[in-house]
Amino acid sequence: MTVCNACRYCEAYCPVFQAMENRTAFAKGDILYLSNLCHNCGECLYACQYAPPHEFGIDVPRVLAEARLESYEEFCWPAFMSGAFRRGGTLLSLALAVSSMVLLLGLVRSSDAKSDFYAVIPHDVMVGLFGAVGLLIVVALTVGFRRATMSFRGPSSSVASGFSRTAVGDALTLRHLHTAGEDCTSDVETRTPWRRYFHHCTFYGFALCFASTSVAAVYHVVFGWTAPYAFASAPVILGTVGGLGLVIGPLGLLAVRQQRDPALGDPRQAGLDVSFIVMLLMTSITGLLLLALRGTAAMSALLVVHLGFVLGLFLTLPYGKFVHGLYRTAALLRFRTEVSR
Amino acid sequence: MTAPSADVVVLGGGNAGLCAALAARQRGATVVVIERAPKAFRGGNSRHTRNLRSMHDAPTDLLVDAYSEDEFVTDLLRVTGGKTNEALARRVVRESANCPAWMRSFGARLQPPLRGTLHLDRTNVFFLGGGKALMNSYYAAAARMGIAVRYDAEVTALEVVDGGIRSVTIRQGHEESTIAGKAFVLAAGGFESNLDWLKDIWGEAADNFIIRGTPYNTGTVLRLMLDAGAQPVGDPSQFHAVAIDARAPKFDGGIVTRLDCVSLGIVVNRHGQRFYDEGEDFWPKRYAIWGRLVAQQPGQIAYSIIDARSASLFMPSVFPPMAANSIPELARQLNLSPEALQQTVDVFNRSVSRGSFNHAVLDDCRTTGLTPDKTHWARPIDTPPFWGYPLRPGITFTYLGLKVDERARVLMTNGEPAANVYAAGEIMAGNVLGQGYVAGVGMTIGTVFGRIAGAEAGARVSP
Repeated sequence: MTVCNACRYCEAYCPVFQAMENRTAFAKGDILYLSNLCHNCGECLYACQYAPPHEFGIDVPRVLAEARLESYEEFCWPAFMSGAFRRGGTLLSLALAVSSMVLLLGLVRSSDAKSDFYAVIPHDVMVGLFGAVGLLIVVALTVGFRRATMSFRGPSSSVASGFSRTAVGDALTLRHLHTAGEDCTSDVETRTPWRRYFHHCTFYGFALCFASTSVAAVYHVVFGWTAPYAFASAPVILGTVGGLGLVIGPLGLLAVRQQRDPALGDPRQAGLDVSFIVMLLMTSITGLLLLALRGTAAMSALLVVHLGFVLGLFLTLPYGKFVHGLYRTAALLRFRTEVSR
Repeated sequence: MTAPSADVVVLGGGNAGLCAALAARQRGATVVVIERAPKAFRGGNSRHTRNLRSMHDAPTDLLVDAYSEDEFVTDLLRVTGGKTNEALARRVVRESANCPAWMRSFGARLQPPLRGTLHLDRTNVFFLGGGKALMNSYYAAAARMGIAVRYDAEVTALEVVDGGIRSVTIRQGHEESTIAGKAFVLAAGGFESNLDWLKDIWGEAADNFIIRGTPYNTGTVLRLMLDAGAQPVGDPSQFHAVAIDARAPKFDGGIVTRLDCVSLGIVVNRHGQRFYDEGEDFWPKRYAIWGRLVAQQPGQIAYSIIDARSASLFMPSVFPPMAANSIPELARQLNLSPEALQQTVDVFNRSVSRGSFNHAVLDDCRTTGLTPDKTHWARPIDTPPFWGYPLRPGITFTYLGLKVDERARVLMTNGEPAANVYAAGEIMAGNVLGQGYVAGVGMTIGTVFGRIAGAEAGARVSP
């Protein structure tokens, strides 16, 4: 940071450097803030005259990636779960999903009810189980978001982060991955938009799936229309489009990940990244399969498998890579607050 | 062993070399670039730069107002004290106008000035991410266009026959190879990293110089060409130097080792004595003279001393200051005589007459009766903690170069241009910049003459 602040050549790349220049000393909260402003594009590493093998060995993307992990642990609720960020991995997530399946299997009422999900697992049971887990997630994520916001603000600042439409726009468009009018780097001499595109597929795919479930809940509770819904119905269309996005996005992100320069990341976080992507992928694939085969005998088994992955995914949300979206948003809100002051 | 030949062989992979390679390739020539550095350190001193000076008659998307040809030329005449070839200088200035567009056509990304450099918002376009990012863009363009680059390749010999170069011998690791070419562009920089050469001129003092840029500018090509009968230009003993933090690495410390606090306090030598008016003038003028001033002090070292009131008034540097709550304590940390430093500070403080301090103008805070006086921004150094920074001369570039004509052709001692040899960048910058410096002009000279040299070389070899 000292080198960066004395150099400043990267200033126009992204808010990380502008925020850095607004500070002369760096408390822990400042570093966590900067780390969550970073979209890990790599421009500043390749532009850096002090990057390894220079004796100063400056690698901002890696340092901030490491700090991001610390921030995930720092903001985690309940605190004893913070170890999950370091230990978390694909196997653990899958094991959680399988355990969920076993649990769900115990709740199965009937296994030969074609097309009728609630005949397999009663609606009230589903609502009870997922409602309880959902509540836990909401509390954990809210506490995390709040801790992040407080930490980024720092003890000395009198100004709290306010809502900013621009900041939300920044988050939803990944603006800072293409601020300079071109896409971010994937290597020293090439720029491609794929990482951003696949992230959009993933995020909006997830959002559509969430919307699908929400619409279905309204159908059920408000109108008394029960599943299964027709292929042309809103929940199915939302879920299908979202599910496809959630297949293409994670697959693409995995592929992009394979080709990325290892210098840009923190090798300790491979499990954290991959496990979240895999869980999203398994959820969407099993969801789409369930939709396609809901009229067959395989339905009940698929339902258990799909719900198992959903439950596993939900349980890992507050303790996995999902939190980066929240903290990044908190950091972007903080940044806009600072800028507008 | 003989390596595949190319129409145009470019010696040096910095800004000028890459501009020449791109311009030659654009005219259809096959091109190979010989770069002394490994890939990670490619780009010569250009990797440490950040902007280019560009004339313009009306505001552009990057520059405000206008910066006319005459104003730019006047600036050059002023800083060089007339030590310039005005025809070449005028050519550089005129062609600087279309540099930004040309650079962008090869993927260069430009931006308005950085914060803290607003005084350049009328004259200089900045490279997004700095000079290394610019070099990355050029190397990427070179790869797309099929330009070959040899990294880690040191020139060991030039075969000069009949007033032209026939081939160049390079060494990569333990392997020597000879590359023949129809035209050669020399863009291999100056000799500031050649410690033996510096010692020949400056004696033992050179041991205490720090080289701000690349360790690969050893002047090999310059020396080979001068030995082969090329005409020199520029004072062979002179270099551009600024005062930088003495703790900087021997090479490649770049921008972060600069210290902008000289004018805020006092500067003493290793005897604890002041030796020059710290408040004479603004950055960048004072910035450029202090390298030489420190080089002339015993042991080529000096110390900038400020107090707490000035601590936040300058750009942070990469090394933390030596800090102490009393002057003698600070002196001990800096290995100075506590008595001598205390006395210098006391005498200085007593000589300060009250004024209204304003670092943005030549204010009325000065001392009276001192030798030398501090003529602006003089305030008593009395508020602890006291800070000290050790200073050494940091060499930016050397002025000795090859004489060229307007077509970038290298002139031989008989006054005739060499048949197929062109020069661009620092190796010929002395034609335009015989002394002094003005921000961003090195990159302008490199870009303009790189393009001229490449275009001329390309035109020569492709029918």
